[in-house]
Parts: sequence; C-alpha cells; structure tokens
Amino acid sequence: MEVSKLPISATQRGKLISAGYTSLSSICSASSSDISRGTQTAWDMLQEEQESLARITTSCADLDNILGGGIGCREVTEIGGVPGIGKTQLGIQLAVNVQIPVEFGGLGGKAIYIDTEGSFMVERALQIAEACVEDMLEYNRFLRNDCQVKTQPKDILENIFYFRICSYTEQSAVINYLDKFVSEHKDVKVVIIDSIAFHFRHGFVDLALRTRVLSGIALKLMNLAKKFSLAVVLLNQVTTKYTEGSFQLCLALGDSWSHCCTNRLILYWNSNERHAYIDKSPYLRSASASYSVTSRGIRNSTSRSKRIKMMI
Amino acid sequence: MKLLDVELSEVRSALALVSEIVCPPFQTALLLMEQRAATEHLGGHLPTRLKGLDAALCGGVPFGVVTELVGPAGTGKTQFCLKLSLLAALPAHYGGLDGGVIYIDVESTFTSRRMIEMGASSFPEIFHSKGMAQEMAGRILVLQPTSLSEFTESLEKIKVSLLQNQVKLLVIDSMAALVPGVHEQRAPGQHPLSWHISLITSLAEFSRIPIVVTNRVRPQSHDESCLYPFQVQKMDRILKDRTRYYSHIVAVPGFHWAHAVTIRLVLEAKSGQRFMKVEKSPTSPPLAFPFTITPSGLSLLTDDGTEMVVPETCNLSSR
Repeated sequence: MEVSKLPISATQRGKLISAGYTSLSSICSASSSDISRGTQTAWDMLQEEQESLARITTSCADLDNILGGGIGCREVTEIGGVPGIGKTQLGIQLAVNVQIPVEFGGLGGKAIYIDTEGSFMVERALQIAEACVEDMLEYNRFLRNDCQVKTQPKDILENIFYFRICSYTEQSAVINYLDKFVSEHKDVKVVIIDSIAFHFRHGFVDLALRTRVLSGIALKLMNLAKKFSLAVVLLNQVTTKYTEGSFQLCLALGDSWSHCCTNRLILYWNSNERHAYIDKSPYLRSASASYSVTSRGIRNSTSRSKRIKMMI
Repeated sequence: MKLLDVELSEVRSALALVSEIVCPPFQTALLLMEQRAATEHLGGHLPTRLKGLDAALCGGVPFGVVTELVGPAGTGKTQFCLKLSLLAALPAHYGGLDGGVIYIDVESTFTSRRMIEMGASSFPEIFHSKGMAQEMAGRILVLQPTSLSEFTESLEKIKVSLLQNQVKLLVIDSMAALVPGVHEQRAPGQHPLSWHISLITSLAEFSRIPIVVTNRVRPQSHDESCLYPFQVQKMDRILKDRTRYYSHIVAVPGFHWAHAVTIRLVLEAKSGQRFMKVEKSPTSPPLAFPFTITPSGLSLLTDDGTEMVVPETCNLSSR
C-alpha cells in the first residue's frame, strides 16, 4: 500500500515520503533501533542506577531499612494511609531531609511541596527544621567533624517551594509546569504531592476521563523523576472497598491507579503503634516496620518489642 | 494532532505555556511563615485562654483549617464554642480578633445568657462598662437551620460575608445533627455532606479564619474496624484478644470528613473527672488535660497535659 493513501495527517505523510518510506513494506522492514530512539540495554541501565544511589532518609532507621536506605530518586513512591497516621508529617520530614548537606550524608537539594488539601502547616515545618539542625549539630559534635553546620532552620524553610492547588485543572497544570520549573531550579531533588487523590475523588463524574487524566499525570511524573534524577513522593488517601464479604481498606483512586507508581508504602495502625508496610515494589521485599511521630518529626518507635517483620 | 495538522513540538510548547499560566504562583515556606506572622493575629491563631491547650496548638485555634470538637452529650462542647465566640468578638487589645462571629446552631443549644455570664466573669472590666456587652453580643450572628437544605442555604449566604473579611470565626454546632440515620455503615458513594465539607474547608482556607465544628459520638464495637487486605490474614490473632471498648467513630462518618479536619479535640468524662484530649494535631503529640466548667467557661486544672499512647485517645467513656 502506498504511503500517500495512509489515513494520517498531511505533514506526517510528507515526512515519511521525504525520509524515503514510500510504501508500507519499506516501513515494516526498518529495524527497531532505526525507528525508536531512547532505548537502552539493561546493562547501561544498571550502570545508571549504580550512579544514582542517592536516597532520602526518613529520619527513622527502621523505615530506612525496609526502604533500602530511604526514598529513592528516579522513581515514584506512593504513600497512603488513614487520616492522622502521619502522611503529611512524613511529607514535611522528607522536604526537610532532602536538604541535609552532602557532608552529612544527604542530598543537599531543594524540595517542591504541592499541597492540594491545605494540610501543610508552616509551624510544623519550622519545628522539624529546627530538630534537623540540632541533630546535625549533635552529629558534628559527636564525630568531631571539621565541617561546619551552616544551615539555619530559616534557610531550610526557604528551600521548600510551596504550591497550593485548588482544582484538578491546576493540578494538571502544575505537573506540566514542573518540567520548566525544575530546569530553572536544578537543585530540586524531591517533589511531594499531598495528596494526589483529593481533587479526583469527589465531583468527577466521568470515571474513564479520570483514569486517563491520572495515567497521564503518572507518566509525566515518572518522566520528570527520570529526567532530573529526583524523587517523586505521592501521598494518597484511603477508602473502603467491599471484597470477600466485608469492607476492607484500600488506597483511593482505584485499581488502575495502583499500577501507576513504582513503589507503594501503606501506613497503618497496629496495636497502638504506627507501622509502614511495603505493598508494592519491584526490588524491595514486602516488610513492615514501626515508626513514631514525635515533636521532632518522624523517628524510631520506642516500643520494646519491635522488630522488622518480613511478610511472605 | 491529526485534527490540527500541527507539529508535535508545537503542541507540546502550547501545552507548556498554558500550564505555566494556569499554575498558581509558588511561595517558599519561609515567605509563608513571615507573611502570616506579619499580617495575622499571633501568626494565625486564636488564643483560647487555656494556657496548656494554647501551648500545644502553637498559639491557639489555627486560622485557615477546620478544628473539630468531639464528645458525648454534656461534656462541654457548646460551652467551649460559646467561649471561643466571645473571645473572637473581643477587641484586639484584650486578645480577641475584633470581628464578627457566625454561629450555626443546629441543635438550638445557644444561650446568650450563658455567654454574657462567661463574659462578665472572665472580663469584668469590659462587660460592666456601658454598652460593651451589647456590642460584643451584637457581633455574634446566630443562625438556626432546621434541615439540611436550610443549612445549605445558610452556607451560601455567609460565603459572601466571610469572603469580605468581616467575619473572624465560624462555629458549627453540630454537623452530626444534620445527617439522619447515620449509624449504619455507609456504602461507598457520594456522601450527603460532601459538598458542604469541601465548601467549609475551602472557606476556612481562603478567608484565613478558624472554623470550629462540633460532632457527636457513637459506640462502635471492635468488629467493625476496617483492615487492609494484608492485615486480614492476621485476623484470628486479633479476634482472640478482643476487648470491647467504645471507639469514637463519629457521627459524620467517612474518610472524607476525617481527612478534612486538621485538629481534633476530644472531650470526655471519666468517673466524675472531665478531660480534653488533643487527639489529632500536626504540631502536638496526643495530650490530655483535665478540666472543669466554671462560670467563666472551661478551665484547665493543670497546664501540663499528660502524654498518651494514641489509641487510648480513641477510647471514649461517658460518665
């Protein structure tokens, strides 16, 4: 069949013909490496992954252990849980911890905090930033390092870029705009969206449209993470689902959304303690660990009988 | 692309430009803090005059978010709301917000007599001067909707005055009374108050005022608590050491409401002693303060709250 008879737009037809493809058979015989760009072999990818071993600590050693050191860059991590479990707390802690200087084992980067619910409290961010600086000073003193702790809590607050989003249109717009924003502020190392579900849960009548918009957002965020080597953290709400004869908890936005993120962490209550469970990850084992929310931020839980439980 | 016969790169740049324009401007967290400290009363808080509580909440009831007051009947929720309304109406040099208050009284529990009594008892010098009591009480607008549709109408009407900065506090007492037959487990679907919840939270945020909502409580047995699928496998162990206790699943159920609330204060009475527990707060660990009700409102017996293990706060007992 001739290219000129194909049902595609005139410009594309023109391009194909000028590139030398005049019939369908000539297109079919082109090899995949000719046509597709941006493919890599698995070995190249491994080299790349080895380079970006940077992970953002959560300030809780048990959580960091099950996460393989912390929240990873170049991937999208979804964190969900019931209200009051500490999702926003964890989000603020990560926004502060990404700024820990490289000499102290951190990334020395900046943070973008996209707030869809209005749950970001500046006073709390200040509390966590002050505790972080105190911890760094103590670490310095303990190990008698030569490096000076130059950061002040106010500097930490200055490096958190805060966007307040009020509708799903603004949410799509900000995610599109992030590409340009991060090219201008190259030291942004984490993007936290709190919460991804809020504007999509109520008032969205066309569910098919919702699924399309959400998968578009997921793809863009994944591209952003890979392109700029930063970590994307999405906080999600919970809802109940009727399965197997009873109501069970699950994360909001449905089954199709659950495929979109690289890693999924569920925060839940277990006999008076807060726990985190790795629900989905291509390379982390399913495990749960306990943590606590203190006045200084997220820290190890102080219960006596804690241990990391491996789930089979 | 096929329709417009436009280059992919042009489409992309158009999209990028539109997104940049639609996207709201960003601020740094530092700027946010400094702005609030400079323009708002006490950096955005309404002091409750209960020292321990104000310390736990970094200054008082915060602006821009919803604070929920939960408890069984007769524990002091309405008293607390009356006191807060008074405090918001007071002039600035007495620590108030010097503004109007809108009190949506669904259960008809508002008593102006009690409020004036509280005022006269806590601020005798203001209230005994001529006309002050009238002016203070005059700043508090009481609405008494008797049905959900009237409530919806009232919210629409006050939207305008709220956005014009004349009102400094909104109290809704109580949300639960508007939702009939709420004791069954609700099937997933549109919550009847979902529009109202979204409106209330957005009003709080854009007019930067505190909103206080009271809520009722119902007993819930342990079997009803929801679990995640990975927890269901361990259910047998949980069922064995089950003990019956009252959980404070509130009468405006659903996670939509629970997510919308930023601060939750739980009032309860145990063997004659009343407690106020700060159950959910981004800036404070769970604390319990014993209190009593005096002529001037609520009064804490001690300003040092006792820290509690969290689900203890979920166990409510009445009398």
